Amino acid sequence: MKELSLNILDVAENSVKAGASLTQILLTEHDGVLTLEIVDDGCGMSEDIVRSVVDPFYTTRTTRKVGMGIPLLKLACEQTGGSLAIESVTQEANPVEHGTHVTATFNTNHIDFTPLGDVSASILTLIQGHPDTDFLFRHQTDGGTVELDTRELREVLEDVPLNSYDVMEWIGGNLQEQYEALSADAGMSGEE
Amino acid sequence: MKSLAELQAIKNKMKDRVVLRDGMEGARVVVGMATCGIAAGARPVLNAFVEGVNKEGLEGKVTVTQTGCIGICQYEPVVEVFEPGKEKVTYVKMNPEKAQEVIEKHLKGGQVVSEYTLGAVAV
Repeated sequence: MKELSLNILDVAENSVKAGASLTQILLTEHDGVLTLEIVDDGCGMSEDIVRSVVDPFYTTRTTRKVGMGIPLLKLACEQTGGSLAIESVTQEANPVEHGTHVTATFNTNHIDFTPLGDVSASILTLIQGHPDTDFLFRHQTDGGTVELDTRELREVLEDVPLNSYDVMEWIGGNLQEQYEALSADAGMSGEE
Repeated sequence: MKSLAELQAIKNKMKDRVVLRDGMEGARVVVGMATCGIAAGARPVLNAFVEGVNKEGLEGKVTVTQTGCIGICQYEPVVEVFEPGKEKVTYVKMNPEKAQEVIEKHLKGGQVVSEYTLGAVAV
């Protein structure tokens, strides 16, 4: 993947496919470390499946459809000296609090750090494709925080779909304004 | 500022349009957005379709949606166009420029851009 934002888009799609009603995409940048968390309240995965999605070589035929998304994210963080962790609780194990929590850390000063790229475009793409699912996006930097919660927008919009063009344009503009408001010394942001 | 008040105004404006769109039988543009598609550049292609369809005033006639892996990863980004009563058209190795051409010639003009279809690219 050319940008980390594409890994984010790809892995967040798994959350939607797991039936999540809320998918959180959390980025925290501090002291040369970027932490990416993708947290969902979807159906969760058993321990065996968690193991198989982390390492593609453990994948068996039955879990083959799990694919390359997580291995590519693992590669992207480990090549900077960072790491990937997945915690998951299945719906069977806990009918109330279930879901998956993916955490990836990156050393942003490492030469093999993939630029974050256009995160806003990935958030917009997720909303465009899944207007009935909620997303919470939060990007914390030393220069401030960018945040978008579709649940708040939905309250205003009522039955107007989130992926209506005018709404998408508003979301794109809103994220851009928030990124521009981050102080200049915040390091890399979602802007290219 | 892109305030919630502005969003409220968009909502009020959209209310009537949502009703208008119901029951319209139009074309469906489906962009493959699995790992293979995303890695090959599907995000800007999808974006080009979403923006282009709106810019050309086709939003009542054309819907743009996403799907998973279509199964021909080596030809990603893949875009399928479904039109009622017509055979599905599969465009392969797409980019935003080609998307623009498909919007103008195919979605607007009704002429399939044969050179970008799977049939023309796969030998």
